Amino acid sequence: MKTFKFGGIHPPENKLTEEKAIEVMPIPKDLAVPLAQHLGKPAKPIVKAAQKVKKGEIIGEADGFISAHVHAPTSGKIKSIKSHPHPSGQYAPTVFMESDGQDEWLEGLNVEEPDWKSLSKETIVERIKKAGIVGMGGAGFPTNVKLSPPKDKTVDTIILNGAECEPFLTSDHRLMLEEPEGIVEGLKIICSVFDNKVQACIGIEENKKDAIDKLKKTVEGTDIKIIGLETKYPQGAEKQLINAITGRELVEGELPFDKGCIVHNVATAFAIYEAVCKNKPLIERILTISGIEIDKRKNLKAVVGTKFCDIMDYWDETISGKVNQVITGGPMMGKAQYTFDTPVTKTSSGLLFINNQQLETSQERTCIRCGKCVDACPQELQPWLFANLAQQKDFDELNEFGLFNCTECGSCTYVCPSKREIVHWIKYAKVIINTRKNRKSA
Amino acid sequence: MQSLSLKVSYAPFVRSTDTIEKVMYNVAIALAPATLLSVYFFGWRALVVHVVAIASCIFFEWVSDLIRKKQTQCLDGSAFVTGLLLGLNVPSSLPIWMVIIGSFVAIVISKQLFGGIGFNIFNPALVARVFLLISFPVEMTNWPIPFSVDMQTAASPLGLLKTDGLEAIAQIDTWRATYGEITGSLGETSVIALLLGAVWLLFKRYITLTIPLSFILSTFAFTGIFYLIDPTTYASPVFHLITGGLILGAFFMATDMVTSPLAFRGQLIFGLGCGLLTAIIRLWGGYPEGVSFAILIMNAFVPLLDNWDLSAERKVKKDQEAKN
Repeated sequence: MKTFKFGGIHPPENKLTEEKAIEVMPIPKDLAVPLAQHLGKPAKPIVKAAQKVKKGEIIGEADGFISAHVHAPTSGKIKSIKSHPHPSGQYAPTVFMESDGQDEWLEGLNVEEPDWKSLSKETIVERIKKAGIVGMGGAGFPTNVKLSPPKDKTVDTIILNGAECEPFLTSDHRLMLEEPEGIVEGLKIICSVFDNKVQACIGIEENKKDAIDKLKKTVEGTDIKIIGLETKYPQGAEKQLINAITGRELVEGELPFDKGCIVHNVATAFAIYEAVCKNKPLIERILTISGIEIDKRKNLKAVVGTKFCDIMDYWDETISGKVNQVITGGPMMGKAQYTFDTPVTKTSSGLLFINNQQLETSQERTCIRCGKCVDACPQELQPWLFANLAQQKDFDELNEFGLFNCTECGSCTYVCPSKREIVHWIKYAKVIINTRKNRKSA
Repeated sequence: MQSLSLKVSYAPFVRSTDTIEKVMYNVAIALAPATLLSVYFFGWRALVVHVVAIASCIFFEWVSDLIRKKQTQCLDGSAFVTGLLLGLNVPSSLPIWMVIIGSFVAIVISKQLFGGIGFNIFNPALVARVFLLISFPVEMTNWPIPFSVDMQTAASPLGLLKTDGLEAIAQIDTWRATYGEITGSLGETSVIALLLGAVWLLFKRYITLTIPLSFILSTFAFTGIFYLIDPTTYASPVFHLITGGLILGAFFMATDMVTSPLAFRGQLIFGLGCGLLTAIIRLWGGYPEGVSFAILIMNAFVPLLDNWDLSAERKVKKDQEAKN
């Protein structure tokens, strides 16, 4: 059983929905499709109000190299384009549309074309780009960019990330159980893009035994390796996963391909399979709806642009007053929501209803130098020092201790007995340092 | 759709159940065997010392917080542990008012004046012990004999060694010294009870073996070397191991989170330094016992050791940058 070298924690797994099959949610009447669902510049809207669109039609075009297309999740009429709350907590340009209930595909899309082997590499990457595929693990990095590394770098290992190390989340787990062929096919497509021979592997945490068995059966006869990983957070973080599987270490500023690796999420691989073999753009997302305080937990497949309030209506659950936070993503790195108007995006992996006692019961106390954060940090940093220096506003000093090497995984904050908001202070320091840098260069 | 009051905060949204209270009261649990045994050996007077030490420590913590206009955290366990350790570090015959002075020195002078929990440089209980030892040398070295009804006193084994030499300690039974039926501070006599508590702390992962092992082994090795050179003048290392406050100091005082280094390398040097100083004071110093002094001296080096580790880290980063 493999694992990464430094730190890590084991929070209660709470995978309460791993037995629940993926349920498809009907497309709601009103949709809000954000144009920023990826890293980089938001897409440029190419539709106007009152324009009719078909399902899968591009409504936002990639703006620049690091950007991605956004498609209409169903057929209907565009209502308006305006700023709207985004799951990240900020406002983002969003296309509002009204479904016509027909759910009619644009011609040429959603047609089976299983024989992808005859396609040229350029066509495959072009299709992935056209389908607007981004990393579905959370960061939302445009996949076609990841698939075209600089010429001077050789990639020898493709890793599919099925670790799903965040507590509660089970969407990748269910996908691996229900669509193993699609995922493996997607992985083969990714490998075919590279000229040299690459080793493909899928890393899965050991708490998903059934998914490991299923994928092992699916890859029989190929040279794809299925690798069981110790159940430890943050096993699914890019740097930690590369370290666990290949033993290579990324230093600050290095990208995976500097060490010959490329990491994709299993959901991304499945989206690639659908884009190349079925001509389907990325307009759907599987979310885990869970929480200890609620009863009807599920894995839900919803179209991008479905507002959380529509999910709540469809879901029809009375939520106890104990719930005080609603989170998109996992409980370690997700974002707290302040409104239910926010929509599902390509990177939403879950919608969690949580009773965060931390908010009510306690406050930050002084560091007792217990060193737990140092032991927990997977990046070998000194989180306590970051928090101290940020509180003292000593930002120059901070930069020298590798502040930007921090991935904000939250392990330090999880273990802290003084309940210090370490990640918050780190984030704060990063924002200040970046603003100062920008001001200097401007 | 129902309305929910949504609160926004920064991730992570789940936290471990560890708190300062939990850490501190686990230390208290680990000290329970030694505490109970001290009451068994030294009678009700030991219990009085413990209760007074703990209560006065919590009281001084409360008063300090009041004066500093802070929301009081006197029950967070740290004052409790300080009081407990102070009680375990004095003889049971110590006058009660001296115990209270000890608590004052521990909490007000060595902890709150430095900024309260997390900011003290020296271990509060040890500062208090050394303060008492220097101020009241007679009372602090009057060691009641276990199970004696009328508070008969005798010298401690290490004291005997200092004043009367090797022959005087020949009659001390090793097994008795190990389970604790000897003269000494309340908590330091029973090696077995202390080790039991240490196992609990190790199991709960509140301490690591780095500091205790390097501390004990270096004392053992250093005294052992001199025993090998001249067994007629120097006591055996086993004697040094089971008498005095070595085990108590190594597992419960030197490992105090606030006053020990964070990184492995610093901890190792810290432990080795403690062991070396203990041995030097015991062999040639004016005092028979050197654990408290050794730990306090090494406490002063902690910021230096930590900075050394951090600057080493900074250098690694600089080298990496230079390479890129």
